[in-house]
Amino acid sequence: MSLLVLTLIFPLAGAIALSLFPRMADNAARTIGAASVGLAAVVTALVMVFWGANGGYPFVQTLWQWIAVGDFHVNFGLYLDGLSITMMGVITGVGFLIHLFAAWYMVHDLEGSPGMARFFAYMNLFIVAMLLLVLGDNLLLLYLGWEGVGLCSYLLIGYYYQTPANAWAAFKAFIITRIGDVFLAIGLFLLYTVFGTLNIQTLLHQAPQVWAQGDAMANVAALLILLGACGKSAQLPLQTWLADAMAGPTPVSALIHAATMVTAGVYLIARMHGIFEIAPAIQELVGVIGGVTLLIAGLAATAQTDIKRVIAYSTMSQIGYMFLALGVGAWQAAIFHLMIHAFFKSLLFLTAGSVIIACHHEQNIFKMGGLRKTLKLDYWLMIIGGSALSALPLVTAGFYSKDAILWDAVANGHGVLWLFGLIGAFITSIYTFRMIFIVFHGEEKTHAHAGHGIPHHVPLIILAVLSTFVGAMIHQPLDGVLPSGAVEGHFWIELVFEVISSVVALVGLGMAAALFLGKRQLIAQATQDGPGRNTWLFFNSALGFDWLYDKVFVQPFLFVARGHRRDWIETIVNVVPGLASAGNSGLSAVQSGRLRWYAMVMFAGAAVLLAVLMFG
Amino acid sequence: MTGLPIQYGMGLAALLFIAGLTGLVVRRNTLFILMSLEIMLNAAGLAFIVAGAHWQAADGNAMFILIIALAGAEASIGLGLLLQLHKRFRTIDIDAASEMHG
Amino acid sequence: METTFFIAGIVALAATLRTITCANPVHALLYLITSLLAVAIDFYALGAAFAATLEVVVYAGAVMVLFVFVVMMLNLNQETVTRERHWLRPKLWVGPSVFAAILLIAMVWSMTVGGAIGGIEGTPLSANAVGMALFGPYVLVVELAAFLLLAALVVAIHIGRDERNEARWKAEHGERETTQAGEQQ
Repeated sequence: MSLLVLTLIFPLAGAIALSLFPRMADNAARTIGAASVGLAAVVTALVMVFWGANGGYPFVQTLWQWIAVGDFHVNFGLYLDGLSITMMGVITGVGFLIHLFAAWYMVHDLEGSPGMARFFAYMNLFIVAMLLLVLGDNLLLLYLGWEGVGLCSYLLIGYYYQTPANAWAAFKAFIITRIGDVFLAIGLFLLYTVFGTLNIQTLLHQAPQVWAQGDAMANVAALLILLGACGKSAQLPLQTWLADAMAGPTPVSALIHAATMVTAGVYLIARMHGIFEIAPAIQELVGVIGGVTLLIAGLAATAQTDIKRVIAYSTMSQIGYMFLALGVGAWQAAIFHLMIHAFFKSLLFLTAGSVIIACHHEQNIFKMGGLRKTLKLDYWLMIIGGSALSALPLVTAGFYSKDAILWDAVANGHGVLWLFGLIGAFITSIYTFRMIFIVFHGEEKTHAHAGHGIPHHVPLIILAVLSTFVGAMIHQPLDGVLPSGAVEGHFWIELVFEVISSVVALVGLGMAAALFLGKRQLIAQATQDGPGRNTWLFFNSALGFDWLYDKVFVQPFLFVARGHRRDWIETIVNVVPGLASAGNSGLSAVQSGRLRWYAMVMFAGAAVLLAVLMFG
Repeated sequence: MTGLPIQYGMGLAALLFIAGLTGLVVRRNTLFILMSLEIMLNAAGLAFIVAGAHWQAADGNAMFILIIALAGAEASIGLGLLLQLHKRFRTIDIDAASEMHG
Repeated sequence: METTFFIAGIVALAATLRTITCANPVHALLYLITSLLAVAIDFYALGAAFAATLEVVVYAGAVMVLFVFVVMMLNLNQETVTRERHWLRPKLWVGPSVFAAILLIAMVWSMTVGGAIGGIEGTPLSANAVGMALFGPYVLVVELAAFLLLAALVVAIHIGRDERNEARWKAEHGERETTQAGEQQ
C-alpha cells in the first residue's frame, strides 16, 4: 500500500516544480498543475480498489517518526479507513475536476498577465495539505494539514493581491479562522495532557474509559474542537469570513470554499465522534449551531447581488446542515451530505465561473439577465446544480442526502432542529432559483460568449452527472468507522416526512418563480424603501454580524490600542535615559569653552559653598 | 587689645578681592581680566599682611613676597598669552578663545 | 595709624572699582597703579614697611610697566573704548554682583560673627626680621619662588616667540647650518 504515499507526492512534486520555475510557460504550468492532481486521483482510485479488495480494514502506514521529545512521540503516519478514503476521493476526484476547469478558467481570468504557475502551485499545495488533514493518524499531523489548508486559503483569496480589498478579505479569512485554530490547538493540548498521546485511534479508544458520560473535561475538549471546526467551516460565531473569501478566483471558491476545506470542520467532528458522544451537551450544541447558521446564511443568500456571494452563503448554509446532522448523531448522513455537497456546490461554483467569464468578469446578477439563450449549457448545468442544492425530489443527489439528515433529526427526537432544517430547505429553494431566474431569465442585459473546450466542458458535465441521483448511488464505506445514526422508521412515516420536505422544496421553487420569473415588480416595490428596504439591507449584510463584531471586538480593541499608542509604561522607563540625556546636554552646555563662564561657575560655587558653611 | 580691629583690615582685603573677582567675571577684554587677577592677588597679599601685623610675626611678609613672585610670574605668562591671542585672533576678546567647548 | 589706614583703604577701594568699570585700558591701568600705591600705604600703616616697599617697587613698578608695554603693543585707540563700552552692558553685572554680594556677606560674617576679634597695634616690623624669616624657616619657599619665576621665564619666552620671524630666520640661516653640518660629516 505504498501507493498511498503517492497521492501526497504527486501534488507536492507539482507544487515544488511550479514554485521553483515560476516563469514557466502558462501551458506548462496548467499541465503540471492539473496532471499532478489527476495522477493523485488515479492513485486514489487504485488505493480504493486495493483497499476494498483487501477487505476494507483500517490501515496505518507510518512513514517516519516526526517528533520525539522525551515522552512525546509523534509519527508521520497515514491512517486509511472508510472515512479518510471517502474524503480522499472527494479531494482528489473533485479536486482534479476543479483543477481541470481552472486550466480553462485561469487563461481567461488572467488574460495574459503572469501568475499561472503561482496559482497552480498554491492549488497543488492545498491538495497536499488537505490530504494530510484527512490522512493524518494523529491530531498533530491533522493540525499540520489544518494550518496548511488555512495558509493556501489565505494565499488564494488574496491571489489578486494588487487589489487592496482582496488582501483585506484574505486577512479577514486568515484571522477569523486563526481564532478557531487557536481553540483547536488548546483542545489538542488538553487531550494530550489527559491521554498522553495524540494518536486519534488511541484517543477514541481510551476516551470512554477515562471519561464518564458527560464528564466536564470531555465537554471542554469537545467544545474546543467544535470552536476550531466552526472557524474552518464558517459556522456561527466565526462565519463572517466566507462571503468575503469570494475575492479569490472562482475555482478557488469551488475547491477550497465549497468542496473541501470548509468541510474540514465536519470531518474533524466526525473523526472525533467518540469525544462528542461522551459530551452530549456539546453534541447538542453542534446541532444548534448548524441549525442557526443554516437559517442565517439562507436569509443572507436571499438578498445578495453577487453571484458568488449567493453560492458562498448557500455553502455556509449547507455546512450548517452537516453540523445539524453531526449534532443529531447522524454521522454517516453528515459525511454523505459532505460528499454530495462537494459535487453540486463545485458544479455551481464552476458554472458561475463559466458565466462570469462569459459575461466579461461581471459578477452582479442584476447586470446579467436573459443568458438562457446564449449560455445554454451553463443554464442547464445551473438548473441541475440548483436542483441538487434545493433538494428537488427523486432526481437530484441533494434530495437523498438532505432528506437523510432531516429524517435522522426527526427520528432521533430533534423536532426543533428538523423544523430549522425544513425552513432552511424552503429558503434554499427560494434563493437558489432567485439566482437562476435573475441570471438566465428576463431581458438580456449583456452579451455573453459561451466557454468551450474539453477542460471547460468535461468537469462541468461529470459534476452535473454526479449531482443527480447517480451521485447518491455512490456507496460510502463508513460502517464500522462511524455510527450510522440512522433510525429505521416505518416505511410510511418515512415517506410522509420525505413528501413534506419535497413539497417544501417545490413550494420554495414555485415562490421563487412567482417572485422572480416575471417582472419582479412585487420584490422591487417591497424593497424600494421603508421597512422592506431595511430588511433587504439587513439580509444583504448577513444579519449584521460584521457590524456587530466590529462594534463588540474591533472597536474596543482599537480603543485600547489607541490608549496605548503612547505607551505610558515606556514613558516611565524613559525617565532613566531621559535623565542621562538631560545630564549629557546639561554638562556639555557647561563645557562652553568660555573662560569667563568657567570663572563665573567657580565664583558661584565658592559663594554658595561659603554661604552654606557660614549660615547652613 | 587695642588699635585697629583686624576686621577692618580683613574687610578691606575681602572687598578688594570681591571687586577683582567681579571684574574677572564681567569683563571680556583679556587685559582687564589680567588686571582683575592682579587685584585679587594683591587683596590676598593684603590679607596676609593684616594677619601678620595682628600676630606681629614676619610670616605674613614672607607669604607676601611669595605672592609677589607669583603675581610677577602670572603677569608675564598672562600677558604673553594675551599677545598670542591678539596675534592669532586679531582680538583680545576672551570669548573668542572658546574652541575647547564640549 | 587708623586714619591713614582708612583714607588709604577708601582710596584703594575707589581706585579698584574704577579699574574694573573703566572702559579705557590706559585709564584703568592708572587706576590700578593708584590702587596698588594706596594698598602700599596701608601696608606701611600696618607696620609692614618692607612689604610696602616691595609693593611699590615690584608691583606698581615692574608688573605695571609690563602692562603698559602690552597696552602699547596692542595699539589701542578710541575704537577699543567704544567696543569696551558695548561689552559692558549693565545687564551683565547683575548675576556676578549677586554672587559677589553673597560671597562678601559670607566672608564678613565669618570675620565678625564667626571669627576671633582682635586688634592690630601697628608695631613696625623691621626688614631684618623679614629677612631672617625668609632665609630661616622659609628658605624652601624662597627656593620655590625662584623655581616659579624660572618656569615663568621659560614659559613667557616660549609663548612670546614670533613663529613667523623664526620661520623666516630658519629659511635664511637654517639651510646653511644643515649643509655645514652635512659637510662636517
